[in-house]
Amino acid sequence: MRWRAGDHTVQKALIVPAGLDAESAEWLRALAGPGPRRDAALARLHEMLVRIARAETARRGPRLAITGPELDDLAYQAAADALMAITGKIGQFRGESRFTTWAYKFVIFEVSAKIGRHFWRHPAVPLDGGDWDRLPGWFGADPAQQAEWADLFAALRRAVDSELTPRQREVFVAIVLNDVPLDTLALHLGSSRNAIYKMMFDARRKLRAALAANGYISDDSSRGS
Amino acid sequence: MNGWPALDRFLRTDPRDVGCAEAMKLLHIYAELVAAGEPAEQRYPGIVAHLHACGPCGEDFEGLLAALRDEAHGPPPAAGRPRGQAASISAPRSPQR
Repeated sequence: MRWRAGDHTVQKALIVPAGLDAESAEWLRALAGPGPRRDAALARLHEMLVRIARAETARRGPRLAITGPELDDLAYQAAADALMAITGKIGQFRGESRFTTWAYKFVIFEVSAKIGRHFWRHPAVPLDGGDWDRLPGWFGADPAQQAEWADLFAALRRAVDSELTPRQREVFVAIVLNDVPLDTLALHLGSSRNAIYKMMFDARRKLRAALAANGYISDDSSRGS
Repeated sequence: MNGWPALDRFLRTDPRDVGCAEAMKLLHIYAELVAAGEPAEQRYPGIVAHLHACGPCGEDFEGLLAALRDEAHGPPPAAGRPRGQAASISAPRSPQR
């Protein structure tokens, strides 16, 4: 999807927050202004969003199995959707940062969301099931020292089975055993990043408590680092 | 624990962790403070805790910070102005919180 002038015709009366820097105030006035001025500001904003989206996809690119035109298309889609979100939510801008910083956040989130959606449509690994033999490796256990960690990881697996809810177990298996990206899992489960993170947060606390109760680890959980 | 630092880190939870929703809501303010070299960690310890623990939010933060640092090397055009005539970037403002 590519942005075209005239796509954003809804104008709202905007209140420029007091104390806003001059450049941000200019953005707000231009985006709330009459046709030609607003169109010029939208075109400029879109140009900036495309630049940020392309830089971000390039930054993440080496870790993704997406390249070339597909990655570029993802960047353009992210920029177009970010522009829609920004114009729709511009009344929520409170001037707590520069306008451009606030706007960049939208395009970064759109890049994230589109990458998550890409992997949901083209999963590299199954989202469920899970190879428990991978668990020690995930935590850096050396196969040569199996005698030292075998009991610990057996206890961890028992705790996953006995302490977690079915949903927590499903999330644990997908993220830890199958390396499914959290955003992709959220899409798969019809959930949100926040909800999946919270589920894993609670699961981690339960697992630590279970291992500590059985003397496998120290009970110094839930402390800030 | 001990002998398993990766497992220890994974199982440790920080009660200050604000979660994804709050971190995403304030990410632009936090990133701008970090980019300006201001003590963002003291001001937003719950966001720091979250970004350490949450890979996706940490990735978004790194992306936003990279965009701000990139911008510092070449300011974006202001609204409606052609590139090259942009106003100089003003110093980031302190968050109004």
